[in-house]
Amino acid sequence: MVKEIERAGIPVVHIATVVPIALTVGANRIVPAIGIPYPLGDPSLGDEGEKNIRRDLVERALKALGTPIKGQTVFDDAYEF
Amino acid sequence: MKKLKVVHYINNFFAGIGGEEKAGISPEERDGAVGPGMALAQALGEEAEIIATVVCGDSYFGENLASAEKDIVAIIRKHQPDLVFTGPAFNAGRYGVACGAVAKAVEEQLGIPAVTGMHEENPGVDMYRKDLYIIKTGHSAAGMKKTVTSMASLGLKRAQNQLVGPPEEEGYHVRGMRINYWAEKRASLRAVEMILKKVKGEAYQTEYPMPDFGRVEPMPPVLDFSKAKVAIVTSGGIVPTGNPDRIESSSATKYGIYDISGLDSMPADDYTSIHGGYDRTYALEDINRVVPLDVMRDLEREGIIGKLADYFISTTGTGTSVGSARAFAVDFSNKLLEDGVNAVILTST
Repeated sequence: MVKEIERAGIPVVHIATVVPIALTVGANRIVPAIGIPYPLGDPSLGDEGEKNIRRDLVERALKALGTPIKGQTVFDDAYEF
Repeated sequence: MKKLKVVHYINNFFAGIGGEEKAGISPEERDGAVGPGMALAQALGEEAEIIATVVCGDSYFGENLASAEKDIVAIIRKHQPDLVFTGPAFNAGRYGVACGAVAKAVEEQLGIPAVTGMHEENPGVDMYRKDLYIIKTGHSAAGMKKTVTSMASLGLKRAQNQLVGPPEEEGYHVRGMRINYWAEKRASLRAVEMILKKVKGEAYQTEYPMPDFGRVEPMPPVLDFSKAKVAIVTSGGIVPTGNPDRIESSSATKYGIYDISGLDSMPADDYTSIHGGYDRTYALEDINRVVPLDVMRDLEREGIIGKLADYFISTTGTGTSVGSARAFAVDFSNKLLEDGVNAVILTST
């Protein structure tokens, strides 16, 4: 789906836990998620802590969408914007 | 052993008749080897002899597919060969298609093994790789000698009913065939050896290559989110409770578009997950873990993003074919564009 959205002309960021799959299906902007059953959450953190990391992830996704790239890029913790 | 009889198919150019101006010539035959057939004959050595060469113009073949193929097969049949070669076509598109069509017709209609050769970008490769042994070649005829050596070796094996090795050994384009064999080492051992090589950065050969899904050029970035409309798409199988569109829990054949206008957070009672590929406990507790509506609404309220689309789009990613997923997105991207969506966040479980 990511590729067809991008092909249609809409920039898209893929928030996905299994990054190798995101790379294989051809997502260009990838933000690693937290876990397969809770990509944007972490039940161990409590409501507030969990919402904070969700916000961090979404903000990272927006930053990824705002970053010019040449090819597939994984915006993980090591990525410097 | 009796010498194998070989017929070779080539185009106007390789027959030395002429280039584009001669591409319209109809099929004709010559005695013995012609053009690249000389090198091929040398590679075949004493075991086989090229008794005839069939020549046809590439444009003629392309414009008269059915009749050209029929005429060429008739000429080949007359010689009752043991083995047929077509090309190599390198990266010549029309020639590649002709080589593929002739080789396929020879195998299917005459029951005679045929071998051809093409560069990976030749459209003939994708058209015929499942049907034929197509030896990998370079872009141009500069690699002729190496190519005909591989073609000859593979052709002789096939004509003599010898076992054909895997693509990387014989040099042909992967056909997508699986052949059972007894491995010396058990699977766990092979897997550990492979991963050790991978960790060390050494070359290794996977036993299960992933399909190549192709690539799309990345879109330029969104410059001003405060004016942007953002939509959420998910493959996490989030649907309204009751699953009104009856989206499958695996191998989905449809997607849904679900209204979230007026909602500040995903209500756990009104939405559910029907995804059959992960433990849904956590998603059912708090659906924002898959569709981050609460955070997106905050960002909208704070003016960090201009607007969140009034709906999210959802399907089940597990087991869903690439073709279906592609079709869903081709379809709903039109709606996203019509609705002025500037960016998409796609979440996957």
